[in-house]
Amino acid sequence: MNAVRVDNITVRAGGKILVDGLSCEVKESEFLVIIGPNGAGKTTLLKSICGLNKVQSGRISLYDKPLGSFSRRDLAATMSLVPQNMEMEFSFSVAETVLMGRYPYLGMLEQEKRADHEIARQAMEFTRVDHLAKRRLDQLSGGERQRVIIARSICQQPRIMLLDEPTAALDPSHQLTIMKLMQRLREEQNTTIIMVSHDLNLAAMFAHRIVLLQEGRAVQSGIPGELLVPEVLQQVYGCLMHVDTHPVTGTPRVSLVP
Amino acid sequence: MNNSLSIQRRLVLVVLPLGLVLLGALFTGISYGSSGVGFGDMVRILLGRAGPDSVAAAIIWEIRFPRVVLAAVVGATLALGGLVFQALLRNPLAEPYILGVSGGSAIGAIIALLIGLSPFPGVATASFAGSMLVLVLLIMLAAGSSFGRRDSLLLGGVMINALCGAVIMFLISLAQNTQVQHVLFWLMGDLSIFSRQQLPVLLTVLPCFVLIFILARPMNLLLMGRENAAVLGVEVNLVTNLLLVATTFMVSVAVCHSGLIGFVGLVVPHILRLAIGPDHRLLVPASILGGASYLIFCDLLARSLPAAGEMPVGVITAMIGAPLFIFMMWRARR
Repeated sequence: MNAVRVDNITVRAGGKILVDGLSCEVKESEFLVIIGPNGAGKTTLLKSICGLNKVQSGRISLYDKPLGSFSRRDLAATMSLVPQNMEMEFSFSVAETVLMGRYPYLGMLEQEKRADHEIARQAMEFTRVDHLAKRRLDQLSGGERQRVIIARSICQQPRIMLLDEPTAALDPSHQLTIMKLMQRLREEQNTTIIMVSHDLNLAAMFAHRIVLLQEGRAVQSGIPGELLVPEVLQQVYGCLMHVDTHPVTGTPRVSLVP
Repeated sequence: MNNSLSIQRRLVLVVLPLGLVLLGALFTGISYGSSGVGFGDMVRILLGRAGPDSVAAAIIWEIRFPRVVLAAVVGATLALGGLVFQALLRNPLAEPYILGVSGGSAIGAIIALLIGLSPFPGVATASFAGSMLVLVLLIMLAAGSSFGRRDSLLLGGVMINALCGAVIMFLISLAQNTQVQHVLFWLMGDLSIFSRQQLPVLLTVLPCFVLIFILARPMNLLLMGRENAAVLGVEVNLVTNLLLVATTFMVSVAVCHSGLIGFVGLVVPHILRLAIGPDHRLLVPASILGGASYLIFCDLLARSLPAAGEMPVGVITAMIGAPLFIFMMWRARR
């Protein structure tokens, strides 16, 4: 079954076409990475899938049900988004932030129950931020904060998890930590992972399948070994790239050629 | 505040002391005044042990009681109004007065006063219309950039407020001499012209308090940004619109009854946030109780500081609030 099906969608904003007749499918419990140059429509696609963007034409369905038939609450219980940035003017503690992931499961004035606290605790353990539970969000490092947001996302118990460049601002060790967390989440809970990334090497190591966007369209999709070849990359990114095999993992390794 | 306690416990820990403070403020406010009717008289009158037509009873029931109740309700409304605007704009400096919402409401009220409409529904409706107009203007300003981009929206609000000030002065210059004194005093925040008969209209703010309390949890999520809140399951547009309309309505009711009292919505939430953190499930009731106590206290100062007569309470709140605003801005810049 397809977790997500995007069928010929077009998104316009401010007279500019951001996504132009894009189609793609994501299978259940697949680890999909979306790559492409800046302005190709990656973030727009992600936001469209979680209903944050108005789609002018085409249709999006989740588990064969049209996106429009989901209420915000149902949607939040089905999928979560780890966004690129988050406002932190008035900062909650880590535990309070993660617990907010239970919002779609609670009634208007209903309090979080013991079970909700337990789910939040497990999510914090999973991303190893449980020792920070009482700290305020604005006192954390970038890597810690990203893990808190992912814990909040996990706390929503989504079947699909969307991530918008979750490793962009992190050092190599934290990048790897985040990718491994996603891999584990998929293996242990069958969560479908859809991630936007600029890091072709991380994509090569962890993705089942890569979708390549260019100028608002999905121009290619395939397993990393098929898709990450010099001809394709040069055509899309417009610069020379050398591809060989990673000596440890055996996955494609992309290097820039100056 | 200890976060490991359940929210109900924390709510009790917040509401109980603040409720006691408010009770104290209410009794102090009623027992203090220039006429020499003191605490003992008040207790006797409130317990019904004094003749209903005694002078002291009249002073308590007809002058001080309405005034203190007005101060409490207006203070609660303005503090809560500040809290809501701060959450929606994710800016601790947002406040109904600073954003010009109070000013718009005052323009509406003055126009209605000058053309001789009745206080209710005439002035009240015009005042609500005025503040809604400012709100729509603010939203249009905000829509150009991203909603709530920190300082640009605040700056827009400050300019709208300045414009409102100019329009108000223009309207006053058109007014007849007999009206000017009245309008000017009301404008600076005057709590002395309230009578018990106006109480039912004033109390229309209470349903707004309830609505805002119900929406406290979505307000928490909105602090992380509109998109974050939406993906967590908040109907962002619905919640935002409900909060904006309720807040604008209750602020315009407050302005109708008490004129322009600024900075209450800045001072009270700021202090409470330092004490109990950012959770709106606590901040909403705390702002209601704290705002009520704060304005009764400011009104006591306004009544007692001048050697003779009294000054508008808006003078006191501005003298406390404006320096705090500058301090907060200075600290945010660093």
